[in-house]
Amino acid sequence: MTFLDDFFWRAVIAGIGVALVAGPLGCFVVWRRMSYLGDTMAHSALLGVAVGLFLKVDLMIGVFAVALAVALLLFFFQRQKLLSNDAVLGTLSHASLAMGVLLLSLMAWVRIDLMGYLFGDILAVSLNDLYWIYGGGILILLTLLMLWRPLLAITFDKELAQAEGIPVVGVQLLFMLLVAAVIALSMKIIGILLVTSLLIIPVSAARRFSNSPEQMAIGGALIGISSILLGLWTSLHFDTPSGPSIVIAAVLFFFAAHILPFRQFKY
Amino acid sequence: MLTSVETTVDELGFEISSETLIQSQNISLHIGGKELLSGISLNISKAEIVTVIGPNGAGKTTLLRLLLGLIPASSGSIYRKPKLRIGYLPQRAVFNPVLPLSVSRIMNLTGNYSKSQIETSLEETGVLALRDKPVSQLSGGEYQRVMLARALLRNPELLVLDEPVQGVDYMGESELYNLIGDLQKSHGCGVLMVSHNLHVVMASTDRVLCLNQHICCEGQPEDVTQHPEYLRLFGLDSGSALAIYSHQHDHKHHISGELSESTS
Repeated sequence: MTFLDDFFWRAVIAGIGVALVAGPLGCFVVWRRMSYLGDTMAHSALLGVAVGLFLKVDLMIGVFAVALAVALLLFFFQRQKLLSNDAVLGTLSHASLAMGVLLLSLMAWVRIDLMGYLFGDILAVSLNDLYWIYGGGILILLTLLMLWRPLLAITFDKELAQAEGIPVVGVQLLFMLLVAAVIALSMKIIGILLVTSLLIIPVSAARRFSNSPEQMAIGGALIGISSILLGLWTSLHFDTPSGPSIVIAAVLFFFAAHILPFRQFKY
Repeated sequence: MLTSVETTVDELGFEISSETLIQSQNISLHIGGKELLSGISLNISKAEIVTVIGPNGAGKTTLLRLLLGLIPASSGSIYRKPKLRIGYLPQRAVFNPVLPLSVSRIMNLTGNYSKSQIETSLEETGVLALRDKPVSQLSGGEYQRVMLARALLRNPELLVLDEPVQGVDYMGESELYNLIGDLQKSHGCGVLMVSHNLHVVMASTDRVLCLNQHICCEGQPEDVTQHPEYLRLFGLDSGSALAIYSHQHDHKHHISGELSESTS
């Protein structure tokens, strides 16, 4: 048919879609100091893959469902206020990773390329995945656009936002749902273990050049896209796994942004 | 206390006058079997400054959160004037420097105010010059003034201030309390504020509530500082601490903090 028949271009287009969503969403992960939450939800993705294989549904659905369940569990424990966040996150992270490996090992009839799932595989992106990424991506971005101001207010000061009438719990839950969705969408490209890197590293690089939240979101998306392109090109030419190649590209941008002597931005 | 104003008693037993902004009746809060607040009955009226003082862990902030409706009380009831506009200044949160926000940007986080409204408000608290500054670079005093300007934008009937001088240096403290007193007069709003600072706060306050899980004593600053419960909580020395600031104002302050002409 078209260039979409070529696995490389499918991966590129999927990657661009994922990076466009990961920029704005990743800003809030960083601003709200939630990078470890992203990690935990991402580790739960292996359990999601196992559940998806077991129930014979699309793996993205399995990953999304499990990531969401983990986020809700975390939310529950946060409200208990008996344990610190990182203890809960650590527990959930390891629990879901262990359960995922166990479940996969019990399903003897399933043969999967574990490396591919853990670190991403550019050969794995199907046309169907592209529909998911762009359909879901647009939905995520529209929801985020709606949540943008209330989320900023909550990030600035949760107490104040609540006092000024923002439905804090609802907005936070919806945000968790978006993070779970973006993890499900980007898993195939980046891989389970590295999936949060696309949420965190590009926006952290963009921070150096940002005078407003919106600049940081757009900058993050652009740096994310550049990382995808550079990473996938490397992956194609040197036959490296796509996830680590993309992450290394993003890290290069990160160091370039923060170490090179650009003019100092005031914010 | 407000004998000149007609009061009505509603079915819940609230004695509401047209001056009443918030009233609580016998509210208590238990969390996990622990009693954080018990039997709090109070009344906040228009045009008065009420200060809640008390030791650490007395439940001052918790009381504010109950009155604001941010957390539900375990028992008791709270009356709030219908559609009460509240300007809230929470305890200073740790600001995350990764978030690139300017002063004028945070003024508009939950509302839509025009540029001139925002500038008027910042002018009132004396920080107009800071409007393009990143929030992460504000000093303690500047931050509190910006947040105060932000609270004023809502045209509040009641200002709720939690430790408004937190992170403010000693000189800045009394200036800030004077500013709060001035704003209360110019806006005609009630002020409910929390402080553990005994010295400066008393002078600009109409009524003091001394809190330690329950209301130990309340009244005018001069009376409260003589109250045995107060002396037990804060030590005998604290009675004399009031003298430091118990003086008649013979001058006024401009919003910038400078002296204007003497009024006496």
